[in-house]
Amino acid sequence: MPMIYFLAIVLAIGVAAYIIGRGRAAAQTGGAQKQHSRPHYHGWWAFMLAALPALLLIIVWSVGSSLYMERHVEAQLPEQTADSPIASRSLALGMVKSLANALRRLDAQALDNLPATFAELQPALAAKGAALAPDTQDYMIPIATEANSTSDTLRLTGGVLALALALGGAALGIRSIQPRARARNNVERVVLWGLLGSSMIAILTTVGIVLSMLFETFHFFSVVPPAGFFFGTVWDPRFAAAGATDSAGQFGLIPLLAGTLYIALVALLVAVPVGLMSAVYMAEYASRSVRSVVKPALELLAGIPTIVYGIFALVTLGPFLRDLSAALAGGSPFIQAQSIFTAGFVMGIMLIPVVSSLSDDIITAVPRAMRDGSLGLGATRSETIKRVILPAALPGIVGAILLTASRAIGETMIVVLAAGVAANLTLNPFEAMTTITVKIVNQLTGDLEFNSPQTLVAFALGITLFAVTLVMNIVALYIVRKYREQYE
Amino acid sequence: MNIMSQEKLEEAVSGGMTAKPNEVIKMQGRKVGVFYGDKQALFDVDLDVRQNQVTALIGPSGCGKSTFLRCLNRMNDTIDSARVTGKITLDGEDVYDPKIDVVELRARVGMVFQKPNPFPKSIYENVAYGPKIHGLAKNKAELDQIVESSLKKAALWNEAKDRLNEPGTGLSGGQQQRLCIARAIAVSPEVILMDEPCSALDPIATAKVEELIDELKQNYTIVIVTHSMQQAARVSQRTAMFHLGYLVEEGATDKMFTNPDDKRTQDYITGRFG
Repeated sequence: MPMIYFLAIVLAIGVAAYIIGRGRAAAQTGGAQKQHSRPHYHGWWAFMLAALPALLLIIVWSVGSSLYMERHVEAQLPEQTADSPIASRSLALGMVKSLANALRRLDAQALDNLPATFAELQPALAAKGAALAPDTQDYMIPIATEANSTSDTLRLTGGVLALALALGGAALGIRSIQPRARARNNVERVVLWGLLGSSMIAILTTVGIVLSMLFETFHFFSVVPPAGFFFGTVWDPRFAAAGATDSAGQFGLIPLLAGTLYIALVALLVAVPVGLMSAVYMAEYASRSVRSVVKPALELLAGIPTIVYGIFALVTLGPFLRDLSAALAGGSPFIQAQSIFTAGFVMGIMLIPVVSSLSDDIITAVPRAMRDGSLGLGATRSETIKRVILPAALPGIVGAILLTASRAIGETMIVVLAAGVAANLTLNPFEAMTTITVKIVNQLTGDLEFNSPQTLVAFALGITLFAVTLVMNIVALYIVRKYREQYE
Repeated sequence: MNIMSQEKLEEAVSGGMTAKPNEVIKMQGRKVGVFYGDKQALFDVDLDVRQNQVTALIGPSGCGKSTFLRCLNRMNDTIDSARVTGKITLDGEDVYDPKIDVVELRARVGMVFQKPNPFPKSIYENVAYGPKIHGLAKNKAELDQIVESSLKKAALWNEAKDRLNEPGTGLSGGQQQRLCIARAIAVSPEVILMDEPCSALDPIATAKVEELIDELKQNYTIVIVTHSMQQAARVSQRTAMFHLGYLVEEGATDKMFTNPDDKRTQDYITGRFG
């Protein structure tokens, strides 16, 4: 019986506990003592006592038993040697697992007279639609069968335990219903923990991501010295083949970081003035009807997937700029089809709605009293905007720009398509340069061995990127918070 | 011409009663009506504002007194749905005449708001803001002079002279309101409109601002909206009572508070409603 049935039963017990509990509490109202909590709180508390511990048990049991099964099966595998048919132990483990899963598709009769060799078994499994690796070994069949039965037993035990726990919880919950029982406080405390848990998920996930990246990054730095990575000016991982002794200087971060920052700079030069001016227009000048059209249209721009911008840059804008520059220079184009300018420009267009909607919010948040004060002194609208509203909104706008900058730095798809992959170190915006994100994509999508520095460098790049954007976000948040204090 | 003659007539009449020959009508509203969208907030208000006097506008909340005040320097223009009918003049000139520059009008008719609203700038910059945008000072020394005299007139100089470069938002509520008054004075307006200037202040700060208003009337014409009967009685020479968008009664403050013509005024002043 799969765990999902137990789950359903546990929930059903919980619902029953809720209904009974509420009814019981309702029956107690009107007694001599005034009820502490309203009946539905008693119902909810009974539900929580019944369902939550049992659910927790089911989760822990499932995780625990699958971990146990893994070790259990692995212990039964024969020692792998270099000349075994399957060299890697984890590969063999995977085969047993998929074999065990496939065996579950067979009916009871077929399972009773299982053939001893995989060659005989395979057609029967294939008929059920289970495709298995051809070099699955004969010795794996009994292991898989045994694994299936063990895990069935484990699951049944866990399920029954969970049911017992649910029934016990329900009984406890219903029995504890008394007029003065503090069910509301209990329910609210559980809800509070639930809220806390939800907010912890994001934080813990971030921590997990950082830790896993850090681990791989240390791995990388055990092969390539950190100084060579952080201060190297040459990015050429291909030549630094695994095992080469002089591979240090070839993983230089500098050209990638420079490209990232350069393209982000171009993007901001496009996005910030345009976005800011459109925000000023929308917040201060636009009539309600214009605003109701322009603002959603701008936000629509933010909804376009970045890959589409990338395609636009690659297919339309890049070649157009190249041809234009060729026409201007009379022959040879001075703008390459893939260039910093193209990528930065398109990224800037993408970021306009980000800047404008953030700044629009900040500008409209400047109190009306500021506007009235300035207008009441005989200032014109534009003087009011320039001298009062923008200065008052400036810290917030700076924060918005920093948030935008960290988006620009982390942006991937546009630069993959439009900036090129050549790790140049140049100041000419019309040449190709590449970014950290592009190189992460390149290094991880190649068919390189996972443990080679060529792949591991992606983690070092990733964590560098993470650190850069993290610092920018912290600064941005700090500034935005200071700005808020000003009006409180 | 028509207005002028009417003005003279009224002057002659009122002059005879209060025996003040220099009582000049600075601003005049005739049949002033205000609509917010389709809703009419003010109906046919006829009101004169006399030069170098304090005119108090009183009445229960929502009676249109602030709305009328905001018509005098066309602050209602900043509200999209607002529409003003009738005629308002400043020294006989129609302020809603299309030829009138609203910026210039607001420099002549300054405003102090209900809640102190200093700009998030230094005290100095707050006061210097108006003179700068209107180009009133030729150089830094002149600007310093304007700032100093404005702060002195607003009775804030002694408290603020050592902290001119600190943010205006760091002052106390009463100081902030006096800073806003200094800011309004700095552009040398002829009329200062005050929209419940003391409603956010404690009694001590209120007393200071009231004292200040009394001094300011030497040089300026003041129109003040207030919810406090005592304040109106203390600071104003003329009082106008509004109710439900209509001007109920207008007259010398002493008379309004001792012997009003209209029963509603009597009821409001004695606290029977509002």
